[in-house]
Amino acid sequence: MNSEATPPKLAVWKFASCDGCQLSLLDFEQELISLPEQIEVAYFLEATKGTAEGPYDLSLVEGSITTPADRERIREVRRQSRHLVTIGACATSGGIQALRNFADVDDFISLVYAEPGYISTLEDSTAISDNVPVDFELQGCPVDRHQLFEVISAFLNRRRPAIARHSVCVECKRAGNVCVMVAHGTPCLGPVTQAGCGALCPSCDRGCYGCFGPMESPNAPALSRRLADLGVEDTDIVRVYRTFHADREPFKSESIKHEH
Amino acid sequence: MSTDPEGRTRTIKTDYLARVEGEGAMTVRIRDGAVENVGLEIFEPPRFFEAFLRGRDFREVPDITARICGICPMAYMTSAFNAIEDALGTEVSPGIKELRRLIYCGEWIESHALHVFMLHAPDFLGYESAWTMARDHREMVEAGLKIKKAGNDILRVVGGRAIHPVNVRVGGFFRAPDREQLSALVAQLETARDLAGEAVAWVAGLPFPEFEQDYDFVALHDLDRYAIEDGRLISSSGLDIGPESYEQHFSEHHVEHSTALHSLMDGDRTYFLGPMARYALNHEQLSPLAAEAAAAAGLGPECRNPFKSIIVRAVEILYVLDEALRLISSYDLPQPAAVESEPRASTGYGWSEAPRGMLWHRYRLTGDGSIAEARIVPPTSQNQARIEQDLRAFVEPRVDLDDERLQWECEQAIRNYDPCISCSTHFLDLTVDRK
Repeated sequence: MNSEATPPKLAVWKFASCDGCQLSLLDFEQELISLPEQIEVAYFLEATKGTAEGPYDLSLVEGSITTPADRERIREVRRQSRHLVTIGACATSGGIQALRNFADVDDFISLVYAEPGYISTLEDSTAISDNVPVDFELQGCPVDRHQLFEVISAFLNRRRPAIARHSVCVECKRAGNVCVMVAHGTPCLGPVTQAGCGALCPSCDRGCYGCFGPMESPNAPALSRRLADLGVEDTDIVRVYRTFHADREPFKSESIKHEH
Repeated sequence: MSTDPEGRTRTIKTDYLARVEGEGAMTVRIRDGAVENVGLEIFEPPRFFEAFLRGRDFREVPDITARICGICPMAYMTSAFNAIEDALGTEVSPGIKELRRLIYCGEWIESHALHVFMLHAPDFLGYESAWTMARDHREMVEAGLKIKKAGNDILRVVGGRAIHPVNVRVGGFFRAPDREQLSALVAQLETARDLAGEAVAWVAGLPFPEFEQDYDFVALHDLDRYAIEDGRLISSSGLDIGPESYEQHFSEHHVEHSTALHSLMDGDRTYFLGPMARYALNHEQLSPLAAEAAAAAGLGPECRNPFKSIIVRAVEILYVLDEALRLISSYDLPQPAAVESEPRASTGYGWSEAPRGMLWHRYRLTGDGSIAEARIVPPTSQNQARIEQDLRAFVEPRVDLDDERLQWECEQAIRNYDPCISCSTHFLDLTVDRK
């Protein structure tokens, strides 16, 4: 996308989030030090004071939209960006803070803050794609740094990122794990969750808790029936779908379906 | 930066502080050559963790609170399970405690290395980032990245991944790593320890402004070792309490010049959390290697120049690398890897030393094990009043500096605290105009 004389400009933006996904960028370690030879890091406040004006070739966006000011800011980021890629659960699904979407935000404000008058916030926490068009969404809470590297390389080389959309189950089989649900009756979201983490939880004898969000074609009702067979109560079924990707379909509808 | 028409008032303002975790701004207003107002303003959007934790199962709390901060998730997980285990009367085995200390060492290493080499050191040498610093100091930046990787790898091996570990739970671990997995880390940790020793000497040679303050240092203290994952809270002024008494001594106040809540000790006193506080109160418990490096770097029994916190952080990196190696060499696979807890109506209190200072949690549980009430007090909101006091004291003798220099040094004074704004669930100011 660029001539050799001008390296592509990368910008990293933060909205409501924990900083963990941008931190994944700083976890490249040895690759990180030579980054500026291939890319101009034009805006990345967590790492540098130096900032360059847009437009940017690639904007990575972390975090969800929760305030009126941020709703305006993301529009400006979109205007300034040739490609906009969301990184992580907050930017892609609204994040854990989207749990407010199932409650009255005013109640939340008065629970946490002694002086609620100072809080200016939106009713809902929304994904970036609910606010502006996005070119790619990288899932994960946090994103996997190897997948992040792949996405950056793909956009800078004008190709589609090679990110698998199948379920954690596929990764888990490849890892040679015994199925925690079949063998031990441990509730697991692996069948409906997108791969990318490396089947981390089943690898340590734990059921997947869905932090990579829904896979391409999840059959949540079938999984819910299986969970019920294992003795998982409806209130717990609501909770397992309603955590890090609470506002993302089909997790959202599936959680509502089991609410009494 | 602006000056009024009569030239009497100067305002130094940084709209977006760089190289801090989260979003904040700084304002310093000088009128007639005197500091009129200083403010560290926070515009990190609120995420309402304490509200949406209500109704969640106690077993979910560590994974949820981890998401408050991607830099120090282990701190959130640890303070959370400490509080919940306190509520439920859960006693974990010594083996589980040792493994918890090991993974927490990993977090201190990665978080401190990030701050020392990538966020803070560039300030002292006049670089805008670690990348520009690497052009002239490539070896040191590479050393920092290697040290950081060693910390991340402890988190990966014990916790499954470096950010938001999955293997940690109330009662212990889902699966304890075997001895071979931990032994595979040894060579890398030894190399990192050598590099950390050199780094202490390197940061001790940075240019430091003359600036010392009288701090009331507050940190956890453990009778047997340098406190990380638990302890009693002590202070330079004689405090000595358990986590259940925290709210009797510390309270949050709304102050006029800021819209953020300030945390004060015993009604009216600011206090100081973090590496310099831990060092002042617990330095006698450092390993011989870390203690020697501290002495060679010129640190006395306490350090009261916050700019030198970078040296203390480097000494702590060296200590936790040493400690991680010790924990690995004496590792005994805990069996079982976790103990189960029976839910009951109860209240529990817990804390731990996050890389940037003490992090306190309280939970009230109902009989079925769901959360009825949660309260979280992160270190940066506790340090905020102290940060502003430092800024004021620092600027007063320096009002003659030109705006650019003064702004640079003031930002550096804030970064001394390694502020983690993402963490600060209690910060209030959301009215900052974004330009």
